[in-house]
Amino acid sequence: MPRVAVVVFPGSNCDADTLDAARAAGSDAYYVWHRDTDLKQPDAVILPGGFSYGDYLRSGAIARFSPVLRAVSAHARAGGAVLGICNGFQILCEAGLLPGALMRNARLKFLSRPVRVRVEATDTPFTGSYERGEELTLPIAHGDGRYVADTQTAAELEANGQVVLRYVTDNPNGSMHDIAGVCNAGRNVVGIMPHPERRNAQLLGGQDGARVFLSLEARNATQHAGDMRAVDGRHLRV
Amino acid sequence: MSAYTVEIRVMPRAALLDPQGQAVQHALQALGFGDVASVRAGKHLVVQVQAATREEAAAKARTMCDRLLANPVTEDYECRVSP
Repeated sequence: MPRVAVVVFPGSNCDADTLDAARAAGSDAYYVWHRDTDLKQPDAVILPGGFSYGDYLRSGAIARFSPVLRAVSAHARAGGAVLGICNGFQILCEAGLLPGALMRNARLKFLSRPVRVRVEATDTPFTGSYERGEELTLPIAHGDGRYVADTQTAAELEANGQVVLRYVTDNPNGSMHDIAGVCNAGRNVVGIMPHPERRNAQLLGGQDGARVFLSLEARNATQHAGDMRAVDGRHLRV
Repeated sequence: MSAYTVEIRVMPRAALLDPQGQAVQHALQALGFGDVASVRAGKHLVVQVQAATREEAAAKARTMCDRLLANPVTEDYECRVSP
């Protein structure tokens, strides 16, 4: 059972849904307050959606300096899995854990509706249970979702397969290269604008988002299966 | 140490789309200001800071901009120190 830390900032509003979605996928999920510096040894950290610190100055700009972010950065630098959803994606960009930035939607409106996205990379901790090229319907809910990066960074993202999700049929916010989600070069840090936690059960209109959380469980199970084999005969977990 | 006022102007980088500036431009044109060729919208911050010299105040302000007040990916900034 993977341990999943859901970070709560003042102004987070998707923390409860994210915790529920992780638990529904079989994770041992728990909250970590933004002033805490101990993540309690998680397998993965999720920065949920919302409006941390009122989104003052720029979305994510102030959350980036909260005490917990130091622990999240250390976890990420050690290769630990980190997912930023919506405001979490903005925070990861502001913190420099992901390249680029998220700017005001091209048509200025706050958008809250389902969009179609294509899974472009499945070799991340959060997309391993999807098929490459698969199209999903996931909800977006953001005012600052226009992904931008300088030309060289954008070219590197494409060349290294770091675009994780891409809008198809309609680009809602004017995002560069129709980017809806990216990962870092190490592929352990992922940021996405759509909200998979809002679409993880038929009751919510579909379950295209569920495998974001199930990917974590599948990856954890595989890792532990390997651990078991490594000490075969002694039935010990390393 | 003396008190300095630093005025900081943060602007979206020229190459990037500025939808807020565009919306203001369209509104101005709708009001009859047809000769408005472009509008860009940014932020103006006024920071009171204690520093030994004017140069130190400016250096502090630049560090503030680099670390927090401006996003190096999307924005440029200028600082003006007074008195």
